[in-house]
Amino acid sequence: MLTLKKISKTFNPGTVNEKKALDRVSLELADGDFATIVGSNGAGKSTLFNAITGAFYVDEGRIILAGEDITYRKEYIRSKEIGHLFQDPLKGTAPHMTIEENMALAYLRASTASHAFFSRISGKEKQMFREQLAQLDMGLEDRMKQPVGLLSGGQRQALTLLMATMVTPKILLLDEHTAALDPATAEKVLDLTRRIIAERKITCLMVTHNMHQALELGNRTLMMDGGNIVFDVQGEERDRLTIDDLLRQFQDSAGKRLDNDRILLSK
Amino acid sequence: MGSIFTLSIVQSALELGCIYSLVALALFISFSILNIADLSTDGCFTLGCSVGAIVTISGHPFLAFPAAMAAGICSGFVTAFLQTRMGVPSILAGIIVNTGLYTVNIAVMGFSSNVNLFGCDTLFSLAKNVSDASWYTNWYKIMIVALIVLVIGVILSWFLNTRLGLSIRATGDNEHMVRASSINPVFTITVGLCVANSLTALSGAVLAQYQKSCDINLGTGMVTIALASLIIGETLIGKGGMFKKVVGVILGSCLYRFIVAIALRMSVPAECLKLVSALIVAFAIAFPYLKGKAAFYKVRRMPVRIDGEDGEDAC
Repeated sequence: MLTLKKISKTFNPGTVNEKKALDRVSLELADGDFATIVGSNGAGKSTLFNAITGAFYVDEGRIILAGEDITYRKEYIRSKEIGHLFQDPLKGTAPHMTIEENMALAYLRASTASHAFFSRISGKEKQMFREQLAQLDMGLEDRMKQPVGLLSGGQRQALTLLMATMVTPKILLLDEHTAALDPATAEKVLDLTRRIIAERKITCLMVTHNMHQALELGNRTLMMDGGNIVFDVQGEERDRLTIDDLLRQFQDSAGKRLDNDRILLSK
Repeated sequence: MGSIFTLSIVQSALELGCIYSLVALALFISFSILNIADLSTDGCFTLGCSVGAIVTISGHPFLAFPAAMAAGICSGFVTAFLQTRMGVPSILAGIIVNTGLYTVNIAVMGFSSNVNLFGCDTLFSLAKNVSDASWYTNWYKIMIVALIVLVIGVILSWFLNTRLGLSIRATGDNEHMVRASSINPVFTITVGLCVANSLTALSGAVLAQYQKSCDINLGTGMVTIALASLIIGETLIGKGGMFKKVVGVILGSCLYRFIVAIALRMSVPAECLKLVSALIVAFAIAFPYLKGKAAFYKVRRMPVRIDGEDGEDAC
């Protein structure tokens, strides 16, 4: 579904702040793959996502999504086919617009451009939004006329997830999307994620700092360090892997001792 | 109160309030919705006024309005082009366009600093001849401008609920979301500024026919006045749907005119009017903040009351 061919990105080239964020990263994601990504801060996980969504263009390499070369395609065009959730729950929704209006915006991706410009939200769509919201089991279906700014972080993140997958994306990118939520809410949003991905067989990449999640969710685990994928495991080998193995693997692959508390602590 | 509000003062406040409310609606789009301070408003208002005046003089009182709106759209497009395609910061883009428009406006008026429309057919002079009834001659101007504003208001609130309208609102509301959705911010900002400036120019054209003249300095301070109207309106109405907000902006504009009328009646000299409007704007913008502050001091001054006897818990 997604193929990355040796993509590289250097920020601030030629200055003292030069940072090679992605270093010839290659990756092949099969249709329906759900891969988790671990790695310390600055390993290039978010940069990888931003390269895929088109927040910047890569310096070299190719990005191929569903057989189409999207390396130099504009961000807003790519986003028709890519779902992207951020760690910050406030980033995914427009706070001063109602739940219904937010969903209508997300549903724009389904319509094919120009003739839909002057159409309004139809009764049929409202009904569909309602049914989808009811799945969240958060009572949001009765609050469709309320501005999203009134919702809690967890509710907003759940709504964002719903919006990102309303029109089934070719790939879903989850950037630590439960990290800012309290444990109970995070679990709920995670359950929802799991369910939606399984139901629609969405190809998905998910960044997490939780080693347990990294092994338990999905069918593949990637590890990033220094702008590269240093470890890639799936199938039986992955089933046998324990959290300790993963941490040891990190030391071996990265060739250095693990000094990131965040990874150690979230064992 | 009766001495402050004579009928003619109420009438002219309503008339001007409706005419200028179109500019307030324009700022509602650019400032409130798109979150862009469009400083080309002053020049664009004069542009609409001069284009409207010239087209009216050449014998097309009705064509004057679409012509002025088209001119406004061009002006809005240039402002949007500068900030979305040329990397000019939005405030600078407005100032640059505003400066350039001064020359354009002079040129439109045939390189003269003012023109007058005496003796030309205007929307108002044509409507005046419809009936001789005394109520009609008293109120026809208000009816015309109110009708224009009503039509624009309905179209605008309809437009802001279409998919394009929703996309424009999202652009100003959450940049991250817009980038992650399939919305092209360059396009939405351009459309938004074109619509806003077309309303500003329409307002200018209506004013040109209303006061039968156009002057190069007419637009000076327009952005401040419109902002005052907008903020008074938003403070009045608060939360609500798009139609309610649009109505609020129109009411705010009328209310602003009443405040100015009162100031004039209290023998504030006409030369001081800009200062008065600046003060009103400053007060209107500061009012919601001061209200919050006042509430805070009220709470703080009250003796602290905590349920339960144990003081340590409260800490």
